[in-house]
Amino acid sequence: MTSSDSNSAPTLADVAKVAALSRLALDPDALDSARGDLLAILQHVANLQTLDVEGVEPMPKPQDTVNRLAEDVPGPSLDRDVLLAMAPKTEGHFIAVPKVLGEGGA
Amino acid sequence: MTTPSTDPNSSSFFDPGDDLTTRVQSVRDGKTTTSLRLESMLTAAESTNPSLHAFHEVLTDFARATAASVDARLAAGEDPGPLAGSVIAVKDNICTTEGRTTCGSRMLENYRSPFDATVITRLLDAGATLIGKTNMDEFAMGSSTETCAWGPVRNPHGINRVPGGSSGGSAVAVAAGIADAALGSDTGGSIRQPAAFCGCVGFKPTYGRISRFGLVAFGSSLDQIGPLTRSVRDAAAIYEVLAGVDSNDATTSDLPVEPSMADGPFDPASLRVGIPREHYTTRNHPGVTERLERIIDSLRAVGATIIDIDLPLTDYGISTYYVIAPAEASSNLSRYDGIRYGYRADPRPGEGLEELYARTRSEGFGPEVQRRIMLGTYVLSAGYYGAYYKRALQVRRLIKQEFDAAFTKCDVLLGPTSPHPAFQIGAKLEPISMYLNDVYTVNANIAGIPAISIPGGMVEENGEALPIGLQLQAPAFHETSLLRIASTIESLVRSA
Repeated sequence: MTSSDSNSAPTLADVAKVAALSRLALDPDALDSARGDLLAILQHVANLQTLDVEGVEPMPKPQDTVNRLAEDVPGPSLDRDVLLAMAPKTEGHFIAVPKVLGEGGA
Repeated sequence: MTTPSTDPNSSSFFDPGDDLTTRVQSVRDGKTTTSLRLESMLTAAESTNPSLHAFHEVLTDFARATAASVDARLAAGEDPGPLAGSVIAVKDNICTTEGRTTCGSRMLENYRSPFDATVITRLLDAGATLIGKTNMDEFAMGSSTETCAWGPVRNPHGINRVPGGSSGGSAVAVAAGIADAALGSDTGGSIRQPAAFCGCVGFKPTYGRISRFGLVAFGSSLDQIGPLTRSVRDAAAIYEVLAGVDSNDATTSDLPVEPSMADGPFDPASLRVGIPREHYTTRNHPGVTERLERIIDSLRAVGATIIDIDLPLTDYGISTYYVIAPAEASSNLSRYDGIRYGYRADPRPGEGLEELYARTRSEGFGPEVQRRIMLGTYVLSAGYYGAYYKRALQVRRLIKQEFDAAFTKCDVLLGPTSPHPAFQIGAKLEPISMYLNDVYTVNANIAGIPAISIPGGMVEENGEALPIGLQLQAPAFHETSLLRIASTIESLVRSA
C-alpha cells in the first residue's frame, strides 16, 4: 500500500489493490461500494488512535501463554484418496489446476 | 415437547424442572427412551424448519442409529456417558463426518469433513445424540443469521425478528424445543447474543478451555466453542464434557476442569457483583434497563454486595474487535481458493490460476465475508499495520488490564448481553449498526475471559414480548465460580 498514508482515506486505487491482495474479483461498482464500507468502518475504528498506547506490549492472544508443543512422532493421518476425493477436479493422483506458468515459462 | 411460544404474555423462562439434566435422568430411570425423545424432536424439526429455518441439515438416520445404540446400551446395564438420552444440535461450522459442514456459505456448500471435531467426538463419547447442523451467519460473520447463504433464521418469539447470530440456528433449535441443547461458537458474542434474543442460556468459556480442532477458523485468537442450553446446570454439564486439553489443539489449556456445580449455587450473601457503568447507558432499550434495575434490587435484597465498576474501554471494544477479527479472518479464509476442496468457479478458456482463485472467492463468499476479508487485508498491509493491527493488539492488552483491575473488586460483572431485544429482519443492514450489537460481548473475547448469557425476562416492543439476556463475566479459568453464580442469579431472575 503506497498511494496514501495511514491518516488519509483509502482511494479507489487503494481498494483495488486490497481486492487484488484479498484475491477477490470485484467489478467497478463493487469496488466503489467496498470503498464506502471500508471508509465507514475505518472512521468508526479511528477512536483507537485517541488512546495512549505508548510502551504497551501488543497482545496477539488473550493470554500470555505459549502453545504446548507435541512430541515429534508420526501418527495416523487422513488417507490420500479421501483427501483427493474432496478436490473439485482431479487427474489421476493429482489435483487439477489451470496452467500456472505462462507461455515459455515464467 | 416444548413448542415455540408466540403468546406475548408467555414467560421467556423454560420450566426449571424440564431441562437436559432432568430429561437425561428420565431416560436413565426408564420413564422414556432416547429414541422416543428423538422422534418427537425430529417431528418438531420437520414442522418448524419451513418457518424458523433453524437447521440446514437434519441427520435423521445417524441420529436414529445413535439413539438406538444409546438405548440398547442402557438396557444392557452399560453407562453410555453423562449425556446419554440427550439430543443435541450442532452449529454448521463444527466439522462432522456425518452430513455436510457448510458454514452457511456457498464456498462449502457440498463440503463433507473427513474428520470429526474434538467436541463432536467428546459429545458422542458422552452418549449424546446429534440431531443436525444448524444455520448460522456465513463463516460466523454476523449478529443476526441474516448473512447465511441458505436464507435467514427466524426467532420463535417473534417470527419477523432475527434470532441473533451468528449461532442463530442453534439458539432457535433450543428455544423451539427441537434439541435439548446445541453447540455454538463465539468470536465476539455469537453464542451469548442469540441466546439472549431467544431466551436461552449461552456460555462462552475461557479462551483455551475447549478444543477448536474441527471448528472452521474465523478469528483464531477469539474463537471459542460453547453450549446453548435451557439452564445453567445444562451448560455446566456440557462444558464439563467438552473442556480440557486436546493434543490436536495446541491452544488448549492443561489446567484441570473441575465439576462446576458440585458445590451447588453460590451463596448470594457472599457474592460481590460488579456493575459496569458503561453497560448501563441510554443506548439500552428502556425495558432492558428496567429489568436490570429490578434484578440488581433483588440481588441486594438477598445480601449480595453491589459494586460500581468503571470499564471506560467498553466503547473501544468494537473498534479493537473489528481490526483483530477481520485481520485473522483474512488470513484464515485465504485457504478457500477452489483448489483442494470447496467451491471452484467454472473454468474459462485462457484463465490462469490467479484469476481462478479470485473468481472462486468472489462467487463463493457472500458480501459480509468479502467485506471483512478486505478490511483485514487492509489493516494488515504495509503502511497500515502499525496504525491499525498493532495498535488494536495494544488496546487489547489495556482491555485485559481493565478487566483484571475490575476483578480485584468483584467476583462477576453483570450487565445486559445486548442493548436491546431481537430486532426486525432487515432492520440493521448497515455494517456498523450490525457490529454495534456486540458492544457488550466482544470484550470477553478480546480478553479471553469466560462469559455467560442467562435469560433476563421479557420486554415489550411494538406489542411483542421479547426475551432479553443478562451477561455475567468472570476472570479467566474461573468457570466454576461463574457457573455457580449464574445458577444463583438464574433462580433470582425468575422471581424478579
